[in-house]
Amino acid sequence: MRVLLVIPLALPIIAAAISTLFRQHRMVQRTISLMAVIAALAVAVVLLIHVSEDGPVATPVAGWPIPVGIALVADLFSALLLVISLVTVLAVLIFSYGSKRSDEMWQFHPAFLVLIAGVSLSFLTGDLFNLFVAFEITLVASYVLITLGSSAEQIRNGITYVVINVVASLLFLTSIAFVYATVGTVNFADLAQKIDGVPDPIRISLALAFVVVFGTKAAMFPVFSWLPDSYPVARAPIVAIFAGLLTKVGVYSLIRVETTVFQGHGVGTAILVLAGLTMVAGVLGAIAQNDMRRILSFHIVSQIGYMLVGLGLFTVAGVAAAIMFMIHHIPVKTSLFLVSGMVEETAGTTALDRVGGLRKKLPLLALMFGLAAAGIAGLPPFSGFVGKLSIVEAGFADQNYVIIGVSLAVSVLTLFSMAKVWNGIFWGRPETIHPGNQVLLSGHRTMMGATIFLVTVTIAIALFAGPIYELCERAAQDLLDPSRYISAVMDR
Amino acid sequence: MTFLVAFVVAVLYGVGVYMILQRSFIRIILGLSLLSHGANLLLLISGGAAGLAAFIGRFSGDDTVVDPVPQAFVLTAIVISFAMTAFCLALAYRSWRLTGDDDVAQDEEDVRLADTALHRGSRK
Repeated sequence: MRVLLVIPLALPIIAAAISTLFRQHRMVQRTISLMAVIAALAVAVVLLIHVSEDGPVATPVAGWPIPVGIALVADLFSALLLVISLVTVLAVLIFSYGSKRSDEMWQFHPAFLVLIAGVSLSFLTGDLFNLFVAFEITLVASYVLITLGSSAEQIRNGITYVVINVVASLLFLTSIAFVYATVGTVNFADLAQKIDGVPDPIRISLALAFVVVFGTKAAMFPVFSWLPDSYPVARAPIVAIFAGLLTKVGVYSLIRVETTVFQGHGVGTAILVLAGLTMVAGVLGAIAQNDMRRILSFHIVSQIGYMLVGLGLFTVAGVAAAIMFMIHHIPVKTSLFLVSGMVEETAGTTALDRVGGLRKKLPLLALMFGLAAAGIAGLPPFSGFVGKLSIVEAGFADQNYVIIGVSLAVSVLTLFSMAKVWNGIFWGRPETIHPGNQVLLSGHRTMMGATIFLVTVTIAIALFAGPIYELCERAAQDLLDPSRYISAVMDR
Repeated sequence: MTFLVAFVVAVLYGVGVYMILQRSFIRIILGLSLLSHGANLLLLISGGAAGLAAFIGRFSGDDTVVDPVPQAFVLTAIVISFAMTAFCLALAYRSWRLTGDDDVAQDEEDVRLADTALHRGSRK
């Protein structure tokens, strides 16, 4: 069973290497990517089943004993996110086959696979420095993907994206140095055991340093403006996968480090305040925008706030709600960006005032947008409702009424700006369609199929919300009381 | 000796941050590499006081050698920052080819929003 831990990250890397050999053969590249993703997904599902039955599983890499060597660990939290991420990746990959401009450059498939490997490694690693390496793998691939095509606009926004991420990585490195100087280890389980001996001021400073580092990656309040600036310029499938996964890797790492390692010591209030500000800033930014992609990008920021609320409460219900919200958010957000990609391919733009009446031309797409938008706004019975309900319930249980009020107000504003997109893109008089962008191009069905698949996944999450929430609750228990995690890693 | 290293780290971070805040992309890249040197040096001294003997093969058991683990971290970090710098330079070259200078360009959407806000203010 333990050997399975290596597969979700090794397989995409090997596939990426093979993929570079077939630059001229797009069909071969497509087959390799598809097979790698499906195999990784199958392994992730097996891991999830195993972990939910027998508890966390860990393995050392390259035979070094564990506190020194790198540990790969899967617990319920990482396995859940790995499965939902790979499902989303699969949908986006299929979408990209139909998308006109996405995989015409041979670099797309290798970079995409490396990105998946990086994301998988971030979820599975049990080592702080290895987490840094995983971030770098993800980021290098994302740098390539975001500037793929190297148009002037992509380069301009790519520079913002690259610089902010390199700075965040260097802060990460700095924080690792401080942790190592203080505790003398970077293994999560080992850290969790030894952190109790660290005096409070140092421990809280270290915890806050990681809030800044992962907050930047996750687009948290004062450091979010890079995201709506850089995401909208990339091509549709690329921005969809970024929107779904990259910030969530930041949130995952924040939750992992603040719970398993620091056990929520003294940073709860700071995270709650930042979470509230993140929600408000994101949704207000979205209201001011006039382009579907930019509106959706700002909404990523506001939704990150919801996840942080759950974490900031540091109760089992709160952390479980945060995990539930992440599981809902990854496919919903990605499917909204896939819809925006189809809008762009049909109309040539996603500006609200230059597109209109798509409801008549593409009724199925309008339906998909409606379902996903209802999900993200949190209308019952869609998946966002379940996520938000669990966060509100956790807030009530903790008697934290201010943050509940903020999150409900932001929810209403989210609905408002989804209605704005609906009005601008799908309702109204059909505008002239960009010449050369006729509907029902050859790839149209592939893209629509991928979008429908992902929207179905979000509806399935709403339907099976009970069992999924129960899994999230167990994951949260393991996070807040890491004794099972520690014993899985240390006493193998 | 440790104090000296700490001082150098502080200078590298200070100069690096100053350079990042410049408009020219080349200066930003130089700032990033200075920052990464600072971070690497910091990692290096996180393993023990400066001036200790290196850890070479035969380990006698007394505590007078430095911890080799941070050195392994630094090696990894150097390789990564090397690749990052190379990528940034390629980006700078492409940006220069496209725009003719290496200034980080204005975001047109932000300029548009700021204009809208200003005009609304003047109308009132």
